[in-house]
Amino acid sequence: MATSLSIVGGRVIDPATRLDTLTDLHIANGKLVAIGSPPPNFAAEWQIEAKGQIVCPGLVDLSVRLREPGAEHKGTILSETRAAANSGITTLCCPPDTLPVIDTPAVAELLQQRANNAGMTKVLPIAALTQGLRGEQLAEMGDLKEAGCIAVSNVQPIVNTEVLRYALAYAANCNLTVFLHPQDPWLGRRGCAHEGFISTRLGLAGIPEATESIEVARNLLLIELTGVRAHFCRLSTARALTLIKTAQANGLPVTADVSAHHLYFTEHNLTEYNSQYHVIPPFRTLEDRQALRTSLIDGNLQAICSDHQPHEADAKLSPFATTAPGISAVDSLLPLVLQLANELSCDLLTALSWVTLQPARILGIPAGALTIGNPADICIFNPDLHWTLTKENIHSLGANSPFLGWKLKGHVTHTLINGRVVYSYCEPKKTLTDSLSNLAE
Amino acid sequence: MNTIQLDNQGRLKHFLGIEGLRRDLLLSILNVAKSFITVDAQVVKKVPLLRGKTIVNLFFEPSTRTRTTFELAAKRLSADVLNFNISTSSTSKGETLIDMLRNLEAMHCDTFVVRHEAAGAVHFIAQHVSPSIHIINAGDGWHEHPTQAMLDMYTILQCKGKFNHLKVAIVGDILHSRVARSDIHALSILGVSEIRVIAPKTLLPFGVEHLGVKVFNHLRTGLTDVDVVIMLRLQRERMQSALLPSAHEYFQYYGLTEEMLEVIDSSAIIMHPGPINRGVEIASEVADGSRSVILQQVTNGIAVRMAIMAMTLGVIGEG
Repeated sequence: MATSLSIVGGRVIDPATRLDTLTDLHIANGKLVAIGSPPPNFAAEWQIEAKGQIVCPGLVDLSVRLREPGAEHKGTILSETRAAANSGITTLCCPPDTLPVIDTPAVAELLQQRANNAGMTKVLPIAALTQGLRGEQLAEMGDLKEAGCIAVSNVQPIVNTEVLRYALAYAANCNLTVFLHPQDPWLGRRGCAHEGFISTRLGLAGIPEATESIEVARNLLLIELTGVRAHFCRLSTARALTLIKTAQANGLPVTADVSAHHLYFTEHNLTEYNSQYHVIPPFRTLEDRQALRTSLIDGNLQAICSDHQPHEADAKLSPFATTAPGISAVDSLLPLVLQLANELSCDLLTALSWVTLQPARILGIPAGALTIGNPADICIFNPDLHWTLTKENIHSLGANSPFLGWKLKGHVTHTLINGRVVYSYCEPKKTLTDSLSNLAE
Repeated sequence: MNTIQLDNQGRLKHFLGIEGLRRDLLLSILNVAKSFITVDAQVVKKVPLLRGKTIVNLFFEPSTRTRTTFELAAKRLSADVLNFNISTSSTSKGETLIDMLRNLEAMHCDTFVVRHEAAGAVHFIAQHVSPSIHIINAGDGWHEHPTQAMLDMYTILQCKGKFNHLKVAIVGDILHSRVARSDIHALSILGVSEIRVIAPKTLLPFGVEHLGVKVFNHLRTGLTDVDVVIMLRLQRERMQSALLPSAHEYFQYYGLTEEMLEVIDSSAIIMHPGPINRGVEIASEVADGSRSVILQQVTNGIAVRMAIMAMTLGVIGEG
């Protein structure tokens, strides 16, 4: 593999410097060394021709379930970091609800070691806030941070408000960001769909809108009390966004993200009981989806993540309420962000910042930008390539995606991690039938 | 919703739910059922319509009455009947629903009558079994219980002779009731003049008024001038949650007593899908009283289920 290479002729977009121009990138020893003209004495051993393509920082994904350790039949560190890398993601965060839970340095180290061995997307574990995620005893956050954990999270709500308060205070003490999944522990805990007219018609147990806003409100009060830096994960309701907007306006150090699929689907997608639409938090109303989209533009939501949750086929093969929630989502992340930019008439600098610069800032890491001297984590994609996501071409081990069969636009052609090309796209060989149908057109 | 129950010519292939069905289809079910009522009165209570067909009762939830009437309906049509009560057998051994369906398919059965605790389970099954198999919904979670609704409609027609100008009240646990949802759809498709639901706020599903019903929280007000009262069964476990304070208080405010009958029309009928909880949602005097048609519903259930089995199997058309 080349130790020096140039990416030439591409449209380079870097949200951090608001750069959007046709230029070249030069990489040596895994680092970005120049944008534009090569540095003196630079000789590229290899060149990537990027004409007609967009060159941007590698994507930073705030939530990818790798399923290892504990559920390797759904996905492995190798399979899912490879799927992520093939989708342009160069850094990802792995939530602590593995089996065993990431509540000891041993598990955190094991994850990073295996990810290193895989040599694909960089993995940043999120540590458990409490031991076993049980919401009782604090996890060893100091040790976990030293073991490489980037943030702390309990994934499920902490029922005991006193424990939550001290957990937040201790995280602040360790200078760790807390990732909060706002769901009231009681309200709608038996539900599987947004509580509304659709769930009423379908006879599905509902999860009221207040499930999210109550927990956001409770958390915001404790964030204020403890001074912790907090990030709200996977928001789904307009009212929660209003609460967060007010808190941000009052100077609280809070950020928030949304999954790509919540920007597309609503409760109306459930009407045929298709279990591929079973997610937590549930798809909500059209107004909620609109509020999520508007909040991205207004900057109250900072990031989009994949919320990747691969499952084996059987996990979705039963009646709706009894299926495992979640979507296999890394494969569709970039094209969905591109389509969103188009639908919202938003420039690519802004849209790409939701999956590069902004999530990196939330994590406080020097990724998501094309910075001279930093590791060359780069995504190159063809913005005009039309393709269809299918069970056959999805890279994740989990094919549980409601986007299967969708015509997507924009496909990753190269992913570089530390200057190394870990993925390059070969267009599928055209079969005779394809060629004939092309001729017919 | 429920669109997969019709074939590409709009005929009934499965019977999954009332929502979305055409008025003329519901009327033809009632018509066919009427022709079967006389089978009951014959010395030999059988017609050979489904001879050689196999009907499987797949009950994932305990049930005696509904299963028995389905069994009787199938036998009166001369079909062979298999009963599976699954809550106790296969699923507890770890067999998945799909595996079980594959096994039953291999036995070359014609119709599955399914009751399941999950809403949409019948849709799932209809989508995953071989296209030669017909699915009849015998109750899926809180979603629908369409054969119950059809026997309720049959009973209303039998007693009242028409649907228009009727005021119908459904009383009780609407939130958890598949009977209520199916009845509301059926009554609305058949064009009654008013559908009311009467329940405490804790037992009403979100946005129920958008189903075209008037909502009442007070029993006496809600019952005033109605022609038909459909009482719903209150499950015991509802009293153990935070939904209601006690069976005693529920009966006090929502129990149908003789005293309450004063406000309804003198020719009004009292219905209940059974099994009834005496002294919880209905007083014994009312359940056994002259306006009660509860046992008539049970009898009608057989003919209505015969009609639905025969029609989904295509041995009787809709004409």
